[in-house]
Amino acid sequence: MITELEMGKAESELELGLGLSLGGGTAAKIGKPGGGGAWGERGRLLTAKDFPSVGSKRAADSASHAGASPPRSSQVVGWPPIGSHRMNSLAAKSAREEEEAGKKKVDDDEPKDVAKKVQVGFIKVNMDGVAIGRKVDLNAHSSYENLAQTLEDMFFRSKPGTIGLTGQFTKPLRLLDGSSEFVLTYEDKEGDWMLVGDVPWRMFTTSVKRLRVMKTSEANGLAARHQEPNERQRKQPV
Amino acid sequence: MDLRLPSKVLEHIFSFVDSNEDRNSVSLVCKSWFETERLTRKRVFVRNCYAVTPAAVARRFPGMRSLTLKGKPHFADYNLVPDGWGGYAWPWIEAMAEKSPSLEELRLKRMVVTDECLEKIAASFKDFKVLVLTSCEGFSTDGLAAIAVACRNLTELELRECIVEDLGGDWLSYFPETLTSLVSLDFSCLDSEVKLSDLERLVSRSPNLKSLKLNRAVSLDALGSLLRLAPQLVELGTGSFSDKLDQEAVSKLAQVFTELKELKSLSGLWDVLPEYIPLLYSVCPGLTSLNLSYATVQMPDLVELLSRCSNLQKLWVMDLIEDKGLEAVASSCKELRELRVFPSGADVDETNVAMTEQGLVSVSEACPNLESVLYFCAQFTNAALATIAKTRPNLKCFRLCVIEPFAPDHKTHQPLDEGFKAIVESCKDLQRLSVSGLLTDKAFEYIGTHGKKLRMLSIAFAGDSDLMLHHLLSGCESLNKLEIRDCPFGDTALLENAAKLETMRSLWMSSCGVSFGACKLMSEKMPKLNVEVIDEHTPETRPDSSAVEKIYIYRTLAGPRLDMPEFVWTIHKNPEIGVSHLAIE
Repeated sequence: MITELEMGKAESELELGLGLSLGGGTAAKIGKPGGGGAWGERGRLLTAKDFPSVGSKRAADSASHAGASPPRSSQVVGWPPIGSHRMNSLAAKSAREEEEAGKKKVDDDEPKDVAKKVQVGFIKVNMDGVAIGRKVDLNAHSSYENLAQTLEDMFFRSKPGTIGLTGQFTKPLRLLDGSSEFVLTYEDKEGDWMLVGDVPWRMFTTSVKRLRVMKTSEANGLAARHQEPNERQRKQPV
Repeated sequence: MDLRLPSKVLEHIFSFVDSNEDRNSVSLVCKSWFETERLTRKRVFVRNCYAVTPAAVARRFPGMRSLTLKGKPHFADYNLVPDGWGGYAWPWIEAMAEKSPSLEELRLKRMVVTDECLEKIAASFKDFKVLVLTSCEGFSTDGLAAIAVACRNLTELELRECIVEDLGGDWLSYFPETLTSLVSLDFSCLDSEVKLSDLERLVSRSPNLKSLKLNRAVSLDALGSLLRLAPQLVELGTGSFSDKLDQEAVSKLAQVFTELKELKSLSGLWDVLPEYIPLLYSVCPGLTSLNLSYATVQMPDLVELLSRCSNLQKLWVMDLIEDKGLEAVASSCKELRELRVFPSGADVDETNVAMTEQGLVSVSEACPNLESVLYFCAQFTNAALATIAKTRPNLKCFRLCVIEPFAPDHKTHQPLDEGFKAIVESCKDLQRLSVSGLLTDKAFEYIGTHGKKLRMLSIAFAGDSDLMLHHLLSGCESLNKLEIRDCPFGDTALLENAAKLETMRSLWMSSCGVSFGACKLMSEKMPKLNVEVIDEHTPETRPDSSAVEKIYIYRTLAGPRLDMPEFVWTIHKNPEIGVSHLAIE
């Protein structure tokens, strides 16, 4: 009976490539295509062709920006963990409700999201390359700096030695000043995507529908503070 | 002095040993006990169909009458196991047909069952009585017809949440007029309408019928006439509960329900209209099990219904019940043992916000026998978990699914580490646990320290590092099944605790950071494990350090399996042969 694994040369070779400092040789960058990369793959969605599609088919996002709409929870395979019979039943019920709502609808400007039971003050935040969205309570924040800090903690967890959602050690992101790889954008009630920070905070909180942490390079065409993306920050283990 | 008991005496003694866990212990005592036990074992359970070969099982237990098999890993229920992975029933049925033709009962879970399999069963086992298929797929209603026509002594035919190619409702008419032995029939997962007259005749000639679960296509009207023919039913799954009936029909139906004096279990109730719920009131006091998880009943109606169910032990319901409804359950259903609350929408946005952690707390505080919980909820708190832990130390199964991944305690914004710590510290007999919400490595340190009786653990979107896995594998002594998805650990903990895996049934990891190199190493060093890599890309074309998509590791006596599809890779024990789809001895 093997009680202790013989760690031979093979294992030390493995250790060089891996270990907890996942920023090393396999440097998984966000949005890197295809396989490879250790932890950075966390945000990767499995390809649709491997799996039968489940869950309700949502109406396409009305976002008017360039680039793909952020993935929603229901697009993540197998989440929430409901058996397929139940999932199909919910999807059928959802489709029936949408059909009935469609028949009843007279004149409807209102974005669908508002009609649903969304927790007051909480809005969804998605980040490019990360499958699972989060929610943030706007009522718990008093300024843009506040909000940016929360999002940085959420997605990048800047405490040394820990791994955030994106699995990398990074310096604080500075989402607001255009100097980093990412910018913070939001969709307003009219369905337009804008850079966060241009309007007074109060006005922002009343008009924001949801947030997206977008790659700076894709933020072309959004208003105001567009800058050349700086040289990529090196991802260094502490 | 020869102290051995004659085998006849041993046989007699062993006939009192029912549980297979005890029988397994008995068979380890000595050779003669092993021999006697194996010759007398009637019910065989193989919980991983790839852990042992059909031939070996047939050889060891020649007196087998009942076989239970499980195939795919549990996460297959959530579409995480690609189609074609495996779990084929055919090799088992073929082997038993040849070596155990006296087989009477077959129970299969998460397996691929073809029409050919069903035809083989029908043709090979002369005294076949029981077929129960749970979460199976691969067959059509033609296969059911084969069973119906040939199994003269059939007592149970149950299809639970199977995916069946539905070619129509004719299959039911294949039960011969001479078949009068039916005790249980469950076709609730089928779509097509069966002929009512055939069903009525079948029910009429089945005096032993105790359990009948209809599919959605059976109308309310039809239900009435069926119940008139079978007032002795103990378990009923209704069809659709939504046709518009006139007043006279409704009162006749109400009358029929009052005749169901033996009814203990009720399910189905698809599309139930609120005005029909009072029809059920007469059976409520006798119910021990109620499955409303497909019934879109709103809270007020649920309260009316459940407040009459004072003997209820098992309740499955949707989150439409809300906190208020669960409070009603807490005050009325004091015998409750099992509660499952399912989401009424597939996305976080659709979660019923009127159902919070408070609902579960109410039930935990008030129902002393509550031991099994499955609860889907938008968010939770550490305080609620602590209260549940304190009031219900007798919990055996606790599965909490906070639907939004990484959701912290919504009041304190802290991770749910402390809450789950309370659960595992207090519930000393906890055998099954599913965790969710924002969790750091600390949560898993607590689980490793206190979860000594934990047998099955399910984890998603949690933890920070390898420590998480290390705590679990080194701490949870009774761990049997571990399934993990989307957690940030790599190879280190897995390799350091590799020996643990031989004491477990299986380990599933998907979208984690385990590398192909680690899989190869484990496969080479651990001969009693099958290390299966499920990945659409050929592992060999990528560096050893690259993470693989999914890994399924299980202990086995049968060696690598021969029926793997092209996306499942196993590493041959002989490193020179390397990676292959087939084990070439």
